[in-house]
Amino acid sequence: MKNLKLLFKFMKGKKLLYLGSILSIGIATVFTLLNPLVLRIAIDNIIGGQEFEAAPWLIQIINIFGGRKFFLESLWILAFILVIFTSLRGLFLYFKGKWAAVAAESVAKNMRETLYDHLQHLPFSYHGRFETGDLIQRCTSDLETIRRFLAVQLVEIGRAIFMVAIIAYVLFSLNVKLALISMAVVPLVLIFAIVFFMKIKKAFKLSDEAEAEMSTVLQENLTGVRVVRAFTKQSYEVEKFDKKNVKHRDLTFRLISLLAWYWGISDLICMLQIGAVLVFGSYWAATGTITLGTLVVFTTYEGMLLWPVRQMGRILTDMGKMFVSLERIGEILDEKKEDLNEKGFSEKIKGEIEFEDVCFSYEEDEEILKNISFKAKAGETVAILGSTGSGKSTLLYLLAGLYDYEKGSIKIDGKEITDYNKKSLRSQLGLVLQEPFLFARSMKDNIGIAVSDASDSTIFEAARTAAIHDVILNFDNEYETFVGERGVSLSGGQKQRVAIARTLVKKPPVLLFDDSLSAVDTETDAAIRKELKEVNEDITTIIISHRVTTLAEADKILVMEDGKIVQEGKHQELIKKDGMYKKVWKIQNSFGSEVGFEKEIG
Amino acid sequence: MVQKSVLKKRLGDIMEKFKEENYNKRFDFELWKKLFGYIKVYKKELIGLIVVMTMVAGIDAVFPILNKYAVDNFVVLETVEGINRFALIYGGLVIFQSLNVGLFIALAGKIETGIAYDIRKLGFKRLQELSLSYHDNKAVGWLMARMTSDVRKLGETIAWGLVDLVWGFTMMAAIMGFMFYLNVKLALITLIVVPFLIMLSLYFQKKILQAFRVVKKINSKITGSFDEGIMGARTSKTLVREKENLKEFKGLTFKMKRSSIRSAIFSALFLPLVLTLGSIGTALALWAGGNSVITGTITYGTLVAFLAYTVRFFEPVREMARVFAELQSAQASAERILSMIETEPDIKDLDEVIKIYGDQFNPKKENWPELKGRIYFENIKFYYNKEEVILNNFNLDIKEGETVALVGETGSGKSTIANLCCRFYEPKEGKIKIDGVDYRKRSQLWLQSNIGYVLQSPHLFSGTIKSNLSYANLDKTMLEIKRAAKLVNADSFIKNLPEGYKTVIGESGDLLSTGQKQLISFARAILADPKIFVLDEATSSIDTEMEQIIQKAIEKILDGRTNIIIAHRLSTIRSADRIICLKNGKIIEEGTHSQLLGQRGYYYNLYTTQFKEEVQI
Repeated sequence: MKNLKLLFKFMKGKKLLYLGSILSIGIATVFTLLNPLVLRIAIDNIIGGQEFEAAPWLIQIINIFGGRKFFLESLWILAFILVIFTSLRGLFLYFKGKWAAVAAESVAKNMRETLYDHLQHLPFSYHGRFETGDLIQRCTSDLETIRRFLAVQLVEIGRAIFMVAIIAYVLFSLNVKLALISMAVVPLVLIFAIVFFMKIKKAFKLSDEAEAEMSTVLQENLTGVRVVRAFTKQSYEVEKFDKKNVKHRDLTFRLISLLAWYWGISDLICMLQIGAVLVFGSYWAATGTITLGTLVVFTTYEGMLLWPVRQMGRILTDMGKMFVSLERIGEILDEKKEDLNEKGFSEKIKGEIEFEDVCFSYEEDEEILKNISFKAKAGETVAILGSTGSGKSTLLYLLAGLYDYEKGSIKIDGKEITDYNKKSLRSQLGLVLQEPFLFARSMKDNIGIAVSDASDSTIFEAARTAAIHDVILNFDNEYETFVGERGVSLSGGQKQRVAIARTLVKKPPVLLFDDSLSAVDTETDAAIRKELKEVNEDITTIIISHRVTTLAEADKILVMEDGKIVQEGKHQELIKKDGMYKKVWKIQNSFGSEVGFEKEIG
Repeated sequence: MVQKSVLKKRLGDIMEKFKEENYNKRFDFELWKKLFGYIKVYKKELIGLIVVMTMVAGIDAVFPILNKYAVDNFVVLETVEGINRFALIYGGLVIFQSLNVGLFIALAGKIETGIAYDIRKLGFKRLQELSLSYHDNKAVGWLMARMTSDVRKLGETIAWGLVDLVWGFTMMAAIMGFMFYLNVKLALITLIVVPFLIMLSLYFQKKILQAFRVVKKINSKITGSFDEGIMGARTSKTLVREKENLKEFKGLTFKMKRSSIRSAIFSALFLPLVLTLGSIGTALALWAGGNSVITGTITYGTLVAFLAYTVRFFEPVREMARVFAELQSAQASAERILSMIETEPDIKDLDEVIKIYGDQFNPKKENWPELKGRIYFENIKFYYNKEEVILNNFNLDIKEGETVALVGETGSGKSTIANLCCRFYEPKEGKIKIDGVDYRKRSQLWLQSNIGYVLQSPHLFSGTIKSNLSYANLDKTMLEIKRAAKLVNADSFIKNLPEGYKTVIGESGDLLSTGQKQLISFARAILADPKIFVLDEATSSIDTEMEQIIQKAIEKILDGRTNIIIAHRLSTIRSADRIICLKNGKIIEEGTHSQLLGQRGYYYNLYTTQFKEEVQI
């Protein structure tokens, strides 16, 4: 029920189109059924000269024109009527097709946009909890299932109902007994179809899954081709693939065999039905219970009646699938959007940051941050050292309002960050993630992405500061070079530098580096940091790093362990105290006995 | 090198896409003949299908005659004599036809799935044989599409296209036969519309296919957008770009809606036009036939029968037009997949080598000599494309058990040396000798079985940790696997996973950190126990603790082998027996760490640029 409501919500404003579409198919059905009638009157009554047995109004019309004689002399009129009726049928079929398409595509567009926007506005924590592949599948294949149902099958239900209703009416009004015989198998075929397609759903699923498994093996083999070669596992891989290939073949063949049974049996039932109508009808016509005309109507309409009924089973199964898809999409939309506090402060900030007794946990009883307190004056640089899981990244996320802290307070320029408009806050805090995501567009667009219509000079300047300008100029297409799928054509360090450049374009008063220089070599790392200071002295920076060379330059160093700040001070102070900082400093320095040291080389 | 090959790949992608769009070619007889070579195993099924379909169509054409018979013999004569026999015959025919229907679907299914299976099997085998020069130039997605959708399409079209073709031809032939038998003049008048019908159908089917292809293309862009939107959601948030993203996305959905509706309108127009054209044929028959009855040229009965057939004539014509349009796109699929299957690998063992040492799938390991580990690059020239020579007159002798570290900028030729050493590529000129013998005189499998190769970005397969570790040799016992894992310090974190060694790692291996994946790939290499070890060290740094664990692991792996390392870690470089500094494919310096420092050259500069910063503290 809830799903139906969701569907109606998306269909809002398009219901009239659907109504028009279904009405069109109704009218088209009437013409479909009228055509054999015209042909029959032409052959039997006009040319054959049999008595009319049509409705009185029809006879009246024919008589107005001058009866049989008139039509016999101008047969073209009947031929013309035949063409006109078919054209009208075609016209309404066209309307049906067009309107259903417009309606369904509008609904699909609406759904896509709603989903996309919703996904973007889900809280930071949502992303990461769900598998990307699954989400994409919901947004694409599930949506496609719904779209197809709305574009094709929904209207087909209308056609089937019109068809059965009109034919049933005509047949029953002609002869009740024969009509009962004609309709006898309709419920049977319908039930058979529904039951069958319910059963076969599993076979469909198995075949789909087998194909997915096969594709996975193929994909892994191709992406790991060097590993396969290095371990000389070609034979093994061929066997592995063959197993999945066989499984897919057999399961798909099983599915088709089941379909063969279905169509064989349902053809049998339907053809026997048609035969029964022919035999009984002939019998009764021969013995004078019904007229020849009635028999012809029955035999003609019987075939038209059974086809949509057989299709119904399939349509109803697809409707089931559609509801499953709808539910999967509904699950995404049920997730609450992030509250952006759009009425909050959106003034320009200076960059004074204060943490006071901040506690935070993602899940209950697992505190990630415990009573964090520290201060950064505007223009200061604070560096953080800590091992994986110490909570250092979380600290930055909290500051950017990506998560809500439970206890304590975080203030920027003396105002609690929860009082800020989140979008305004984030656009002023230049947070650079450790594994940056680059968009599939040109280098220039990637760097200018955060600011609409950023000028070339701004982009170049930011790129120069992030030490990526020269790298880009070395590419064949320079700034127009396309960053491929998830930026694969760049090395990790280059990606990080692009990410820094795109943040700098915004000219934020605060910079937050979540280990954003980890893949950049030390020399470049230092150059970037130097350049940053030169560009803007007042910039407040919080930087997470593993490099002592980076940490040492900060105004203040925080060492974090298990969600707590365990050491705090300047480089010279910390290397004199026992603790993690001194340990790391020693490790990183241990090779430097000869000339000096660094752990990385070009 | 990495970047360049990726760029090349991308360019290849664009070229392929360009090619794919321009395939509206004529019927390629040669191609289909070749294709038939691949599917002739199903000759029996194919012939069976043709026979069954001919019967199906024949019986379909007979049913109207039975109607006529019933009317003429029972109703008109007002007798029910023989109606039981009639019912029996009718019933028998129905049962026979139902059997035929079931049979043809099963046969077509057998052919469809069989062909798809065979071609995939061949394709996969060929992909295992093709050299890395092929793989490096083809995007994975491109190859995937060949092996999945193209093959599927080919199987479907061959099987079901045949069904429709045979049915359509038989129906058309039978109906035309009846029509001409009944009255030639009337038949000709009715058939006037057929050429128009065929033209119309072909035109529309082509348009529909084209429109559909446009929709498909936009659809894949939308999928890409969702992918980017979800993968980059966090980045969008930090950059506050949600509104612009949506705006751009709306541009796509708008295009999608417009082109989908366009495509739907083509389909919606097609059927009505065909129906109307068909009705003109029927109308012509009615008009001309009716007048003939009045003038007495034909009998009334002939007209009735004639009209009954006319009505049925146009459906097969429409069906055939559809099949021909589909055949055209299946031909393109066939072309793509066959061209892949028929590509010859660049690197192939010589026939006499195969005779002695066996091929990739049937190695004769009993004839394999033991590999000791001396590697000699003799006057090597190499390039990926002729304009850009990577190595020229390159010489390098690596002794058995020596550890050599390659140092140099991106593009200096480090990865190329590794590729050549593994025989992923072969030198254009010169020889690479293993234990003094040109490696082309031995089989690829022999060399590669003895080489361990660990890549920058570790690639794991979906499956359990255990199956990944034992990838090189499935017979390894749990004890050996654990020992290897312990050696590289991976045992401790594996044990902490929810199901230990049996933990299933997903397709992307998201469960593990980069460092952990690296450790697993090290343990995997140790279990293979190669004589030569090629290590392409990762550049991205991990936290200090993990960094140390990995350094220790590398030390363990290198022990007792000949090693070539594309080095980035200072610790690895320092511990090497020999450091080779490369620049533009030339060795500019070589020696041990302290020797090179003493030379005050390239290596010294590289080393001290780091140092400069250090003294500023």
